[in-house]
Amino acid sequence: MDRRKSIKALLVGGVSAGVIVEACNTSDKKTETADKKPAEAKTSDINRMVEEQEYEKSLLAEKFFTDAEMATITILADIIIPKDDVSGSASDAKVPDFIEFIVKDMPEHKTPMRGGLRWLDVQCLNRFEKPFKDCSHEQQMQMVDEIAWPKKAKPEMQQGVAFFNLMRDLTASGFYTTEMGVKDIGYIGNTVNQWNGVPPDVLKQYNMAYTEKELKECV
Amino acid sequence: MGDLQIKKQPKNYDAVIVGSGAGGGMAAYVLANAGLKVCLLEAGPMFDPKKDSNQLKNPWESPRRGASTKFRPFGDFDGCYWGWEIDGEPYTQKGDSKWEWWRARMLGGRTNHWGRISLRFGPKDFKRKSIDGLGDDWPIGYEDIKPYYDEIDKLLGVFGTNEGLENDPDGFFLPPPKPRLHELFIKKAATSVGVPVIPSRLSILTKQINKERGQCFYCSQCGRSCKVYGDFSSSSCLVIPALKTGNVDLVTNAMAREVLTNKEGLATGISYVNKDDMQEYQVTGRTVILAASTCETARLLLNSKSQRHPNGLANSSNVVGKYLHDSTGADMAGIVPDLFDRKRYNEDGVGGMHVYSPWWLDNKKLDFPRGYHIEYGGGFGMPMYGFNWGIERLNGQFKVKGKQKEAGGYGASLKEDYRYFFGAHVGMAGRGEAIAREDSYCEIDPGVVDKYGIPVLRFHTNYTDYEIKQAKHMMETFSEILHSMKAVITFGAENGPHNNYGLHNPGNIIHEAGTVRMGNDPKKAPLNKWCQAHDCKNLFCVDGSPFVSQADKNITWTILALSMRTSYHIVDELKKQNI
Repeated sequence: MDRRKSIKALLVGGVSAGVIVEACNTSDKKTETADKKPAEAKTSDINRMVEEQEYEKSLLAEKFFTDAEMATITILADIIIPKDDVSGSASDAKVPDFIEFIVKDMPEHKTPMRGGLRWLDVQCLNRFEKPFKDCSHEQQMQMVDEIAWPKKAKPEMQQGVAFFNLMRDLTASGFYTTEMGVKDIGYIGNTVNQWNGVPPDVLKQYNMAYTEKELKECV
Repeated sequence: MGDLQIKKQPKNYDAVIVGSGAGGGMAAYVLANAGLKVCLLEAGPMFDPKKDSNQLKNPWESPRRGASTKFRPFGDFDGCYWGWEIDGEPYTQKGDSKWEWWRARMLGGRTNHWGRISLRFGPKDFKRKSIDGLGDDWPIGYEDIKPYYDEIDKLLGVFGTNEGLENDPDGFFLPPPKPRLHELFIKKAATSVGVPVIPSRLSILTKQINKERGQCFYCSQCGRSCKVYGDFSSSSCLVIPALKTGNVDLVTNAMAREVLTNKEGLATGISYVNKDDMQEYQVTGRTVILAASTCETARLLLNSKSQRHPNGLANSSNVVGKYLHDSTGADMAGIVPDLFDRKRYNEDGVGGMHVYSPWWLDNKKLDFPRGYHIEYGGGFGMPMYGFNWGIERLNGQFKVKGKQKEAGGYGASLKEDYRYFFGAHVGMAGRGEAIAREDSYCEIDPGVVDKYGIPVLRFHTNYTDYEIKQAKHMMETFSEILHSMKAVITFGAENGPHNNYGLHNPGNIIHEAGTVRMGNDPKKAPLNKWCQAHDCKNLFCVDGSPFVSQADKNITWTILALSMRTSYHIVDELKKQNI
């Protein structure tokens, strides 16, 4: 790619990124993400070497999870991060799309994810004669409760625990790095600021104070 | 390959410089401002932080949410191109050596993303052999380099405080930022166990120093490089200003192959491959200045064999490549229950720590010969890939809002846990001095070339008991500090003799130095006290390679000071027609 073009893209990055977020917010249908053709996906606007551009394009051209797997991922992600008083759900924040991308970017996650999803479906087939995604909500929660609590899970559920731990971690990574997630967790930064020290009420709360030396020497 | 030919540049420069990082950037800056004509070769592409930095991008603007790739091992927004591995440019190991080699390929090199920790070496750091009998003394002392430290403090800007410490010299400091909350906790805890904590010394402009560069606006993202040039990068503060003099021809994507020499054995220029058209080029100059990075510079010299220099250029001592050493490093992290459920506010601050601990003990009373300093981290960081990874190891251990919960879980209760723990982590990293040894080295691998056909480096490095005992001491100190602030250790508690107390592999701390060391005896050192080759008087090295030892200090400020000193010397010598 022409370097000057990528610099141009960077300069308008703020605008186009905003447009993407806008677009994401208005399309709420979960099935749309699963069926979206990878070729339509746009590469990111952050600064890239030529080699990185090519690598990202190759990732976006690949589709890893089947539609059925994506449906299961979406249900699990929403169990892990549901909508609550503070923020929306994992699928509101497009976490399943992130998971599809990240397993292609980090191939070490591919087998644990694919195998874990299959393990889950076989468990459900044996118990409820249906794959996880087609089970009732009660059946799904019954299954999840077997693998969501590492300390009290039965020994024969350990593979499921490992899968659910990974699913929980990827969901949290995907959710708390979106605009919605950042707002939820309360990270206030990434902006032009003047650091003047810890706010006085916080210092007081922790019984801390700046020394005379610090007050004299520091900005 | 039929039309492959060598293209010779007609212009004869005063200097050909290889590499545009701290050392090469400073040499280009000094020489260009003295009116000399310079050709600057850089193996990577152009990079101007003003246009190319990923500063102020949000985590969701990266599809991998800031996770690392082989292209950017420090994360998707990081300001350094390449790192531990480069496609088509391998390196190899000898025996059980585990050297890790960081290579930046871009204008400014790794200074675009470095930690900006700018520590002067102290008087003792140049004379360690006289103190403990190990390694070698430098051919210069603190008094020789002090004027250049003073000048770069003022030219490039560094914040900190004058503490009057014997081996951590005072300088010309801008005011430091006030400590963050977790840093106040650390300061209180560390001080209570006898570890001093003082304002850090970082080359970040807490006050404006000239019209070309802006003042820090506290986004904590120095690692991405700064769009207002509010911190020191060689690209923004040295090379781009040097280009404005009109005296520098910059050639990017130019991978140096060898140093050219004439019948008399003098350097005449550099041959390089242009990565854009894959053609071979030669550029000539009255002097050749190598700043390709500690190991690349050694590689270039060893690959520059001729009748006069059959062993590689400047290598009659057979020392080139030897005495390679990196800072030692070992880390520990914990979570501080007193900081759970913190009030939210913007505590980004500058990029990196606001306080640190310089080495505070006397090694004569310890079982290891050299010291270390401690770097601190923690607080509210921008959420990225890996955010609270493995929360099931955390959330069953503590009461959340007064309620004991089962580890793991999901749902609204899990969301509450993520909020509760945010901003309560602290980390500490020890960075110490390793002993430079002859049997820790890099050499040319006789059987392997990179994709340009250039023979590659093979490493042979390991640590001794000195470094391992130092790492053990780091672990003991960190546990003591964490314990004293009632923190629970979340990383590093399992370190012990089985893993050398968490000591990182050599090279991993990215402070490598020493492959082309200075010394008064040409039999024992390739360079004299001016970083000038004993065997080839118009050849100079100005990166980390001339270091005799590297102190328990990050080396960039000393690379800059040494390069400035050597560059002034080159200007003088060229004017006097001595070279």
